[in-house]
Amino acid sequence: MLLRAVDYAKPDSVAEAVELLAANDGARALAGGQTLINVMKARAASPDGLVDLNGLDDLKGIDLAADGTLTIGAMATYADIASSAEARARPILGEVCLQIADVQVRNRGTIGGNLCSNDPTNHLPPLVCAIGARMTIVSGGGERTIPADEFFVGVYLTAVGPGELLKSITVPAGTHDGFAAVTLGADGTCIANAAASVGGDGSVRLALGCVAAVPVVVAPASDAEEDVRAAVRGAGLEPPADVHASSEYRAHLAEVLSVRAIRQAAGKR
Amino acid sequence: MADLSPSRAITVTVNGVEYEREVEARKLLIHFIRDDLDLTGSHIGCDTGNCGACSVIVDGRLVKSCMQLAVQADGATIETVEGLSEDGALTELQQAFSDHHALQCGYCTPGMLMSATALLRERPSPTEDEIRKALQGNICRCTGYWNIFEAVKAAGGSA
Repeated sequence: MLLRAVDYAKPDSVAEAVELLAANDGARALAGGQTLINVMKARAASPDGLVDLNGLDDLKGIDLAADGTLTIGAMATYADIASSAEARARPILGEVCLQIADVQVRNRGTIGGNLCSNDPTNHLPPLVCAIGARMTIVSGGGERTIPADEFFVGVYLTAVGPGELLKSITVPAGTHDGFAAVTLGADGTCIANAAASVGGDGSVRLALGCVAAVPVVVAPASDAEEDVRAAVRGAGLEPPADVHASSEYRAHLAEVLSVRAIRQAAGKR
Repeated sequence: MADLSPSRAITVTVNGVEYEREVEARKLLIHFIRDDLDLTGSHIGCDTGNCGACSVIVDGRLVKSCMQLAVQADGATIETVEGLSEDGALTELQQAFSDHHALQCGYCTPGMLMSATALLRERPSPTEDEIRKALQGNICRCTGYWNIFEAVKAAGGSA
């Protein structure tokens, strides 16, 4: 497919990238391109310019601090995360990255692209909400860091504004996590998904994907199945219906997948 | 500062040959490979990133060349299906595809060969599960996949 004519730049630094984005209204950041290039083919998006982030080595690191805090650069690919020794500090990240699409997509698709596209069927938005990640956004004016559940604003919309870039994702230490999804074919697009994390104090955090414009975060009273089901029912879900699932069926899946994700998370305690 | 521009000059090495070309930013890598370099072995199946017929290896990593811009390949080393065999002799994998009848219409074959080549470099003797997972991004509408799995297994010495 021939794309609509587009300008292109490949900056060498984050400062230069945000400057280009701030100076050019119609320019968009190009991360792995595994979503953006396809929506450009379909003319669902037609940016005037692309600022390619693939030259920004500062955004590709995966670092583990002494206290177990993991900082993942927004341009780390799914394959980078799945093969990173540091990222194993929070094993669910690599496990879920290996469930995204296929080898080719995992070699180019990035965690930052997945989060910033905020497609409601993506795997990573509910996951980062469940594990209490924090997102660092950079602009010409400096940096700000917000919790993951404030990052997702609407379908395809995040807190990253014009002239800004997602720089990194900071994940606290922890291992008691779970993720469950019903997909179109193995590792395909999610029909519904749920990510869960059980804290050392027994607190439970659950994030449901594909049931609303943004991940729905709920906090069941405990990891007991009846508490989990009650919390999901109490969330007042009204999921969208499409050719793959009715609204009622998606709500049903959200409940079942929550139980599975929490069972996985609690099983690791 | 890097400027936004509608085209740029790129240098790529494809199958050991260096090419310098001026390309429009909007050109997909698969079109550059097929139309500009006349290497038509890599196919366009779906043009939506699903089918994997356009799979090539860029700097050692398997990618779908319909989901990357040609300008992004500046400085890269690219391997396509044309580069697999040397001096006209089939690779073990290509011979195994022939021996196991791993293709019918053949349209998906270049992508299958590149994905399997990438797998065998990482895992010289892959298990059937590893083969299935590695070929997940490549769709074949003829064979039902069984003979493709058999061929990759044979090339990996485990069949």
